[in-house]
Amino acid sequence: MSVTTAFPAPVLRTAGDSALIVELGDGIAQDLNAAVHRLDRRIAEAGVSGIVETVPTYRSILVQFDPAVTTAEPLGRSLLELAAGLTQEAAEPQLRWIVPVCFGGGHGEDLDEVARRSGLGTEEVVRLHCSADYRVYMLGFSPGFAYLGGLPEVLHQPRRENPRMVTPAGSVMQGGAQAAISPIAMPSGWHLLGRTPARTFDLRREPPFLLAPGDRIRFTAVTAAEFDRLDGLNGYLPDCETVAAPATLMQGAAA
Amino acid sequence: MTTHLHVASAGPSSTIQDRGRVGYQRYGVSVAGAADPLLHAAANALVGNRPDEGAVEFTLAGDSIVVEGGPVRIAVAADVGLTVDGDAVPAWTSLRLTDGQTLRIGALRSGMRGYWAVEGGFALQPVLGSVATHIRSRMGGLDGTALKTGDRLPLQLDQAADQGERRLDPSLLPARGERLRVMLGPQQDYFTQAGIEAFLEEDYTVSHEADRMGCRLDGPAIEHARGFNITSDGIPLGAVQVPGTGRPIVLLADRQTTGGYPKIACVVGPDVAALAQMRPGERLRFTAVDAAEAGRIQARHRETIGGLPALLQSAGGFALYDSGRLLGFNLIGGAVTGWD
Repeated sequence: MSVTTAFPAPVLRTAGDSALIVELGDGIAQDLNAAVHRLDRRIAEAGVSGIVETVPTYRSILVQFDPAVTTAEPLGRSLLELAAGLTQEAAEPQLRWIVPVCFGGGHGEDLDEVARRSGLGTEEVVRLHCSADYRVYMLGFSPGFAYLGGLPEVLHQPRRENPRMVTPAGSVMQGGAQAAISPIAMPSGWHLLGRTPARTFDLRREPPFLLAPGDRIRFTAVTAAEFDRLDGLNGYLPDCETVAAPATLMQGAAA
Repeated sequence: MTTHLHVASAGPSSTIQDRGRVGYQRYGVSVAGAADPLLHAAANALVGNRPDEGAVEFTLAGDSIVVEGGPVRIAVAADVGLTVDGDAVPAWTSLRLTDGQTLRIGALRSGMRGYWAVEGGFALQPVLGSVATHIRSRMGGLDGTALKTGDRLPLQLDQAADQGERRLDPSLLPARGERLRVMLGPQQDYFTQAGIEAFLEEDYTVSHEADRMGCRLDGPAIEHARGFNITSDGIPLGAVQVPGTGRPIVLLADRQTTGGYPKIACVVGPDVAALAQMRPGERLRFTAVDAAEAGRIQARHRETIGGLPALLQSAGGFALYDSGRLLGFNLIGGAVTGWD
């Protein structure tokens, strides 16, 4: 099996007076996301002058620069050079977190609506969420907010037209083709399915961020009473296991 | 005894801010930082601080603070009335306050946010490299929240330096208009031509749903060309995202790091601060500029902030507090050297 995956030519997008977006593709795919993280590492290693920080996402990297040091044009050329010839590399073993969720009711007020729109019963929606093998594609939006790929296609639905100004910490949500766990109370346009007592961000912990890109997630349904019990524990951490990387990538690693 | 400032009465939303938390957006950590870096830097310049020192950003009305220890040098950069122990004193002027004196900062006469800085800054433990307060993630400042009545803010300096007071004529700062300059992108291809024309040619109004994170605008809906969901990507300062309602939200200092609504444009840096100073009901218009023009706007803005110390003049008002100290200071020199 080939270990080299070709991507369409990278695209540069203007993002204001001090940022560029280098986009490797669109959508949610493991290969694409892995390429994003490889390019992000290349950018860091190349030490391109004027870069303040980068924000790697599903399919693109926001590159923030200091306009006193560089401008979009030379920086864009450097980024395209770095993006040329990205190859697939070995994947490392991954962590899988078993994340307890209390679904529906006051813990997930959009569960019924999500079920109605997908033409399924709420139990079926919960079953689908708990059987999916999610992957952390990126952290973003708020500290430790984990964007998850792997939402079953039958559940894909557009975000709310009008975002809520407040959603509770620990919300397990879905929006478009993505799922997520929110670490803190935030505005959001995603559909609320349930809540987990697991905190993906806690400044009292070192490191404060629980999840890393590439980690896997399995949800498990718990009762409201069990949610309360776990939520009452000081610094509750969910269970975690080590899983082998996908077979195709393991072959690449052996090559 | 360590010198503190006791918050006798906190304003409606006062937070300690610096230039923000740089380098952690990849973990989803918001940058935060002063919503109006120019006024923030002006308050710092007045007390001889570097422009990125932590200072208090207050919203609509300021705080009342009592000196414990000192003396302390404080300056307020805002269109606002002030008193020290009941006597009116000017804003835009550094003030030397002694133990037990109370500085009361009133309601803003214009704008949304003002700043007060203390010489040497606050003695706070930076969180992820910054003292900037981000309330939603309970990060920075004294305890991750807005200032509260009863807070005691520890200071770096036990005593203000022995030097003359300074003032800044705010009319020397660049004027701000109702036109916000934008660069189109990163996702202008998600909007119809009619949508882009509405965005650039119609009036918009600041709504009541506006805070340090973002500012929702009322006005004509902006038409999407292919839905309003994108695969979530990074959000730069000033990004104008357009959710399904078609009504734009401009993202400010406390913005989330990534999001899935398409962004029709980004407001250039200095004009983001201008927007952050607009009150609900104020009108604005967007004007597109190219990268070269945006670069010139940024460069002028940097020069303005860098040039603040040169705009400072010596002020006589401090004689109120310690007339003996006038001796030995150059009162006719005008400009006072700044951060070097």
